[in-house]
Amino acid sequence: MKIPRLLQAVLILAGVYFGFIVVFDVLLDAVIPSSLLAMYMFFVTAGVFMVFTYDEDQTRELVAPIKAMVEDPSKRVWRNTVFVIVPLVVGVGTYQQMQPSFQAPVELRTIHPAPPTTAMIYGKRVKLLELENPFRKLEKEDPEQFGELVNEGAVVYIENCQFCHGDKLDGKGPYAAGLNPTPLNFQDVGTIAQLQESYLFWRISTGGPGLPKEAAPWISSMPVWQDFLEEDEIWKVILFLYDYTGHRPRSWEHE
Amino acid sequence: MNRPRHMKTGTRLAIFGLFVALVTLTLAGFDQFGVFAAESESAVDAAASTGYGPAPKLTADDYPTIAGVNSRVAVWVFAQLHLWFAAFVLAVPIFVFIIEAIGMRTRDKRYDDMAYEFIKVTITAYSLTAILGGLLIFALILFYPHLITYLSTIFKESMFYYALLFFAESAVLYIYYYGWHWLQGGFKKWVHLTLGLMLNAVGTTLMLLANAWLTFMMSPAGVDAAGVFSGDAWAAIHNFLWNPINIHRFVANIAFGGSIVGAYAAFKFLTATAEKERAHYDWMGYNANFIAICALLPLPFAGYYLAAEIYAYSQQMGITLMGGIFAWLFIIQAVLIGTLFLSANYYLWCGMGRSDGAKRYTKYIKYIAIVLVGAFLVWFTPHTLVLTNEELKSLGGPHHTILGPLGIMPAKNTAVNLMILFTALSFMFYRRANKIATVSWVKAGNAVQVALYSAGIVNIMFLGIYHGYFTNTVYKVAASIPQVLTTLVIMVVSITLDSFIYRGAKEVGPLRWGRIPARAQYALFLLAVSFTWLMGLMGYIRSGIRQHWHVLDIMRDASPDAFTPTLGYAANVVSVAAIIFMAMVIFVFWIAQVGSNKTLPAGYWKE
Repeated sequence: MKIPRLLQAVLILAGVYFGFIVVFDVLLDAVIPSSLLAMYMFFVTAGVFMVFTYDEDQTRELVAPIKAMVEDPSKRVWRNTVFVIVPLVVGVGTYQQMQPSFQAPVELRTIHPAPPTTAMIYGKRVKLLELENPFRKLEKEDPEQFGELVNEGAVVYIENCQFCHGDKLDGKGPYAAGLNPTPLNFQDVGTIAQLQESYLFWRISTGGPGLPKEAAPWISSMPVWQDFLEEDEIWKVILFLYDYTGHRPRSWEHE
Repeated sequence: MNRPRHMKTGTRLAIFGLFVALVTLTLAGFDQFGVFAAESESAVDAAASTGYGPAPKLTADDYPTIAGVNSRVAVWVFAQLHLWFAAFVLAVPIFVFIIEAIGMRTRDKRYDDMAYEFIKVTITAYSLTAILGGLLIFALILFYPHLITYLSTIFKESMFYYALLFFAESAVLYIYYYGWHWLQGGFKKWVHLTLGLMLNAVGTTLMLLANAWLTFMMSPAGVDAAGVFSGDAWAAIHNFLWNPINIHRFVANIAFGGSIVGAYAAFKFLTATAEKERAHYDWMGYNANFIAICALLPLPFAGYYLAAEIYAYSQQMGITLMGGIFAWLFIIQAVLIGTLFLSANYYLWCGMGRSDGAKRYTKYIKYIAIVLVGAFLVWFTPHTLVLTNEELKSLGGPHHTILGPLGIMPAKNTAVNLMILFTALSFMFYRRANKIATVSWVKAGNAVQVALYSAGIVNIMFLGIYHGYFTNTVYKVAASIPQVLTTLVIMVVSITLDSFIYRGAKEVGPLRWGRIPARAQYALFLLAVSFTWLMGLMGYIRSGIRQHWHVLDIMRDASPDAFTPTLGYAANVVSVAAIIFMAMVIFVFWIAQVGSNKTLPAGYWKE
């Protein structure tokens, strides 16, 4: 038996929808956000209807049941039922959407606040574009000393940073659950791998209060580490972050 | 009989004359605005040695206001409307020139007629461009006098020649348009084509000059840290972002112009009553869509180059652009670009109905659609997700372990390359639909095509996944170049090979122009609307990443509007401007149609 084309389209859409939920929420245990799923389904629906309507005959076949339901006198009961149910479903859906809830409203958070061109760090005005990690050159010149600096950076990290950012640098430290937004996951390819070392230096040194006024309000509980650490310690911690995660700092030069 | 046309020309020339005179007078009057005090000693020294003053340090009192007018929104909307029309009137002559040349080579008059119809639409748009340009310059002088004074001290020569070039542009355009039927055949046609070339040369020069002023505001050059001009005008023009913007705008203008004339053809198709007319406008719409797609395909690469250069110039601007506050507008941009690809493909698929031989290829459409939609979903997946608190808790952070990696550029580049390749495939199937190859090596040729596409796709995926995620950032960015080259090589080689396979091919039957569903015309409208909105939003981002600076790091914006508005507010302003533009475009379409309407009022005139 040939499945009517309208039903085919509906089945495909339902299949894709539940496919996303089964794959992400059940199999991968990484819930697919409802906002993203809505966007995905909008364009999957557009794609399905593009394929089902590029041809005149197929389009006629697709809309035939709808046309029949609206126009065919023998389908009056069907028509009246659908005309009552559809507005009801839409009404209930809208009501539920608009109902006040205890859920905090969703918010857009940009993950990399733009750095200023210059910043006051350790009492000096530094130009972030020109700032370089003073220890980075040792990676080639003296790998042994570089390794020691990375280890020292690891000690600084464990003593100060891991409580939030986690001992695996994955943003899942013991305090992480108490923070919103949660601390950054440095293992993610979209965080420190995208940034120059000068950016990390600025972000660590000046913390949440150092975030740019122009882009306020930022929410960040990052402490102002220049009040607690030496300048060298911050550079060493940066070495450790890249070394442990295996990422390379963003640069413009081929090595 | 031609009198009304001459009168129209006269009116338009008068408008242009007025505009150019205003610009010239304004520029001459800038000297009267005065010299601003230098604040630092070095700036004073530099100013003394070059004869130029530093960039003024402004206060809120330096910005005149008019009750009830928001100066930023006024300048924003005028600039945006001017840019849309300018993009259109600069782009159309480019492909009109090419279509006219094709007509001359093939001696197929249909091309000549189509080129004429395209330029006819441009002619009213040209007047509107100038009017809006006038409004923009007035608004800038009224609301931002110190900025325009500072810029004009640096760009005085180029602004003066810009104004003069308008005369040349107007003169060449009017001779080109009104002389179309006069300069026909033999040598005269060559003269006409040369005029078309001149029109493009002048138009492109105008665009390059205007681009220099706006890119100077983003990446100032030829000035010191205090904004003291060295006197080297070329250094200021040839600033860091000038060429990236030039390339991006040149390509984008063609795509935009193609989409607008496509919408015109769609409008005419839907209002046509005769079969012959429908066939003509169907053919015209197809060609316009073809132009738009040809320019759309390299556009993401030009955009990527521009964004990479912005990042290279200033990490701050780069992050603000794609990782910071404007990142969410980039998601909208991704959605709109995907919509462009989907609409263009849908139009091609619907167009297959013109051929009786298309059935052989339509079975592949669903697979193309799966790849396009799949790539599109990757293309717009954000890196930082909008999450409810429950989802945030469940995921343990704003990054998704599976979907998060799709949010950064290597995934986007891979996705867009696949979208481009499969759009090219749609086009190849469309071209093949009405033909039957007669060469003996057709199977071998097809096998090579399949191998080429397969190897290319594997290479693009490898570059995207390996270099995108397992090497450092410099290789991530660099890997986009071989990806692009792979896509270009596949497209060029497969189209060349296809033309050999189908050399001397039999036609299945005559192409039935006009046999296309009306909904395909709405795909053309969608293309035009998406392009317009996209240009508005991205234009705002380009300008907005300077944040509180008139000229980045040199001249601070001290006006009450120096804040970055919320994304919703910005999107609303752009959307309203887009609606105004669309209304004006409909007026342009209508006025182009009115010219051919005739009323014979019986008994009105003396016999």
